[in-house]
Amino acid sequence: MRVRVDAERCQGHNRCCAIAPELFEADELGNAHARGDGVVPPQLEAKAQLAMKNCPEHAVRITNE
Amino acid sequence: MSKPLPVMDWATDFDHRDSRWIEDPFPIWDELRGRCPVARSARFEDGAYFASRYAEVREIAYDSEHFSSRRVIVREKKITPQPAPPITSDPPEHTPARKLLLPAFSPQMISRLEPRTRTLCRELLDAIGDAKTCDAAVDYAQHIPVRLIAHMLGVPESDGDLFRKWIHLVLEVGISDESVILPALQEMSAYFFAEIKKRGGKRGDDLISFLLDARIDGQPLSDPHLVGTLRLLLVAGIDTTWSGIGSSLWHLATHPEDRRRLVADPSLMPTAIEEFLRAYAPVTMAREVVKETTVGGCPFKEKGQVLLSFPAANRDPAMFPDADKVLIDRAENRHAAFGLGRHRCLGSNLARLEMTVAIEEWLARFPEFNMTEGARATWSEGTVRGPRRLPFTLGKARKPV
Ligand code: HEM
Ligand code: SF4
Repeated sequence: MRVRVDAERCQGHNRCCAIAPELFEADELGNAHARGDGVVPPQLEAKAQLAMKNCPEHAVRITNE
Repeated sequence: MSKPLPVMDWATDFDHRDSRWIEDPFPIWDELRGRCPVARSARFEDGAYFASRYAEVREIAYDSEHFSSRRVIVREKKITPQPAPPITSDPPEHTPARKLLLPAFSPQMISRLEPRTRTLCRELLDAIGDAKTCDAAVDYAQHIPVRLIAHMLGVPESDGDLFRKWIHLVLEVGISDESVILPALQEMSAYFFAEIKKRGGKRGDDLISFLLDARIDGQPLSDPHLVGTLRLLLVAGIDTTWSGIGSSLWHLATHPEDRRRLVADPSLMPTAIEEFLRAYAPVTMAREVVKETTVGGCPFKEKGQVLLSFPAANRDPAMFPDADKVLIDRAENRHAAFGLGRHRCLGSNLARLEMTVAIEEWLARFPEFNMTEGARATWSEGTVRGPRRLPFTLGKARKPV
């Protein structure tokens, strides 16, 4: 599993960073991106799903690669 | 100014100043969602619209081509638009006006304010002391955002009464009585011009200095832009957050099972705060129709005023299972309390910090409290909804640690 933030959609609600700080971080404008290469370790998969389901802008994307 | 006539039909003649809407709007919104997703009213100049479902609220918030932000408050009589960038800006001007402010409100910058927020809450709780009763809205919630934003702007925290007076005039009284708005806005502008003058060429660590040094395309901000933004920062963060803290405390006072659960398990705090934001979302915005269109199958005529209700969207059962229940452990909660799209609340990190710390500190001091018998909460009207009086009876205060 891999997470990604769609920069076009992200408005910096910061929900993803609050729910899964291991997977997301905010830049100096408060917009989010995935940490590192976005690969999600198995024990964080549930958190990644929650981050996706709480993003008000539908900006968090999950792919299975 | 006279009180508006009582509403007979919410779908064709709604009025958010009606006492039933102010007290308990939720059943009204539920009814509307079922029978008419876009309600209308001729009580406001050029007509007003109200969308009660999440889907339409979202569509309007994302559509700045047809729905302009130049009027962000629905008023009985329209006033000359008063620019307060970025909230009153549309693209393309919106983007730079917002971007220059974002760094000052980023998660990293705001988290530095946590110790100060905690100290401030404890001071207010110390002042309540061992009292048996208090008004949690007046003695506690209202002071927290005032002091923090005053600190951030670099203006005296003791001017809080003045700030609240202006906000009350602009956001509540001014909806029906436009004569109070301009004088209040002028007083606010004069206040900020005096603060700017005080600084002379000197710069501090405050937002006024930050804005004086800000540039768009290499140019300093014009005076109307600068002062409009300062007025916005003052107005946007105070009774909104006061309402968020107050509604959370009201819920905990009236739902002892949730209160005890949260005291016993503080790890529920993040989901509880998001749920209070969803269920009691304080802020309803507005848009002006600038190009005729249809949303949800309903026509919107040019010049109409649109009440953009994030609170109603947050109660839509099509979006939130058990939307009418407050579930402090709700894990999936894509609520829109801070708006949707390009105008996402710039202060959302600050507001969340204030709400979280305020509730944590209150519960640490007063794990037991309830509404005083026979007394009632009173709710604000207009753009921002929250309790303005919260008469509480307090259990024994725990010793501060
Ligand atoms: C619980 C507290 C708060 C709530 C519920 C809230 C809600 C909102 C909402 C719904 C919007 C979107 C407006 C729109 O779509 O037209 C907004 C915008 C804004 N808020 Fe807040 N707010 C809160 C606290 C704050 C605080 C503490 C500040 C700090 C000064 C603040 C500053 C702003 C600003 C500057 C905007 C305009 C952003 C833009 O247009 O790009 N708010 N707020
Ligand atoms: S929750 Fe969504 S909008 Fe908010 S920072 Fe994360 S990706 Fe961006």
